[in-house]
Amino acid sequence: MESQALLVLLLFVLVLSIFLGFELINKVPSTLHTPLMSGANAISGITIVGALLASGGEGTFSSILVGTFAVFFASINVVGGYLVTNRMLKMFKKK
Amino acid sequence: MIAFFQSSIFVNLAYIFASILFIFGLKMLSSPETAQRGNLVSASGMLIAILVTLAQNEIIAYEYLLVALIGGLFVGVLAASLVKMTSMPELVALFNGFGGIASLLVGVAEFINPSSSTLIQIIAISFTVLIGGITFSGSLVAFGKLSEIISGKPLILFGQRFVLSALILIALLLVLELIISTGLLNISSQTILFVLIGVTFILGVLLTAPIGGADMPVVIALLNSYSGLAASSAGFVINNNVLIVAGALVGASGLILTNIMCKAMNRSLSNVLFGGFGAATSSSEKSGQIQGEVKPITAEDAYLILEAANSVLVVPGYGMAVSQAQHVVRELGELLEDNGCEVKYAIHPVAGRMPGHMNVLLAEANVSYDVLAEPDDVNPLMDTVDVCIVIGANDVVNPDARENEGSPIYGMPVIEVDRAKTVFILKRSMAAGFAGIDNPLFLKENSRMLFGDAKESISTLVSEFKT
Repeated sequence: MESQALLVLLLFVLVLSIFLGFELINKVPSTLHTPLMSGANAISGITIVGALLASGGEGTFSSILVGTFAVFFASINVVGGYLVTNRMLKMFKKK
Repeated sequence: MIAFFQSSIFVNLAYIFASILFIFGLKMLSSPETAQRGNLVSASGMLIAILVTLAQNEIIAYEYLLVALIGGLFVGVLAASLVKMTSMPELVALFNGFGGIASLLVGVAEFINPSSSTLIQIIAISFTVLIGGITFSGSLVAFGKLSEIISGKPLILFGQRFVLSALILIALLLVLELIISTGLLNISSQTILFVLIGVTFILGVLLTAPIGGADMPVVIALLNSYSGLAASSAGFVINNNVLIVAGALVGASGLILTNIMCKAMNRSLSNVLFGGFGAATSSSEKSGQIQGEVKPITAEDAYLILEAANSVLVVPGYGMAVSQAQHVVRELGELLEDNGCEVKYAIHPVAGRMPGHMNVLLAEANVSYDVLAEPDDVNPLMDTVDVCIVIGANDVVNPDARENEGSPIYGMPVIEVDRAKTVFILKRSMAAGFAGIDNPLFLKENSRMLFGDAKESISTLVSEFKT
């Protein structure tokens, strides 16, 4: 695809996602704001996809090394984020 | 068959499916009943995204990435299972920082990879590095402040604003040079990128250091938003929709929380970020009309009043987290309920050090989430409340916010505890709150101070009830 057309498409996706995000998050009650933050934080670990491609893909030694560190940090973010969110949400009970 | 699973159409469909799972996961967070499942849905989206990426034939070597994955898994599991609920703000701050640095590194890896980058990619890399770097160092400072490794007080250096503006200008010029590469600087583009990284790290520190401990909820929410935007920006670097969608969702989430926190303090975001609140407010509060005296009360007398009360409202603040009092608070609440009293908890949006901090602590102590109320729910009924128990909260219950126009917090929505028949204030000493301002609540006719460690005071009340 031509790079300009691709850019427009990606920007389109970005803008729609931001609006979708506003709609979704506005409905989260304040009592769940901490798990929301840690859960959202885990989602931002999606950058691990780029990190894996940089670490395992073609490249120079230095780009692979940088990518490997990116995988390390992103996977802490993903694993730790989801686990700790689960730990918190498990505690919210109604009696 | 294997070829199909490696085809770009399959991989992209899987990414779309992962995005759908993220969206549903967040949607299910709208109620505590479905929230835990929502988190699992979101996590399975992440797992799918990781697995299809690993299966792609673009990935030719697994040894490095597997070591990093296993290392990250180990650290993540350890951190998530060892952290105390009271330390949640620190952990989230740290994780935000890791997300930021990961995105930054993705940008750097793409930049130093010899396969030529398009102009759009270079612009995206610059932004990823800029946002990722600020998120990383800013989050580390926030982590340091929250865990009290460094002072929680606003740190304002001489000429801070000038240095900040200069650095922002330098960062933008470096970005511009990366994009149009005039060659005027006569250094390689890689060096420029590394200088840019250094500048963003300093920027992150300078942007976070002036913000005081009480404003931390805003900062964490904002850094949360940045970590999402960095991921989204990394999506433009590698032309990947799932990064853009997921990152944008997180960015929007952080922005909404930031906005809620600012509204709850009646301050603008720029005032929070650059105001240095608490550092220079002492001159503005010469109200002089504070009269009355502090009336201490013993736990024994407090028990007698509580025993006769029909409705009790508990207002927790950061002090409850510090003294780990949430479990005894729940015990006291149950004893009061057994005594035929109605017990509710009023939680101000900025109580604690991150949005929803108090709710998590009370949930940890097994308090049912349907008795946790917001200021707007409890304020109209405040006149009917017999006893308000304020535990380590200060600025969020300050009547000056309604009564004293000269106060720096005038106009901030507060929990109007002074309208209750009796107010117990559990406090270590008469020190001012984080905003560094006096609280006339302590001197009101119906206020009683219960000095000492919150946990000990409430334990004494609990044992009084049991005898």
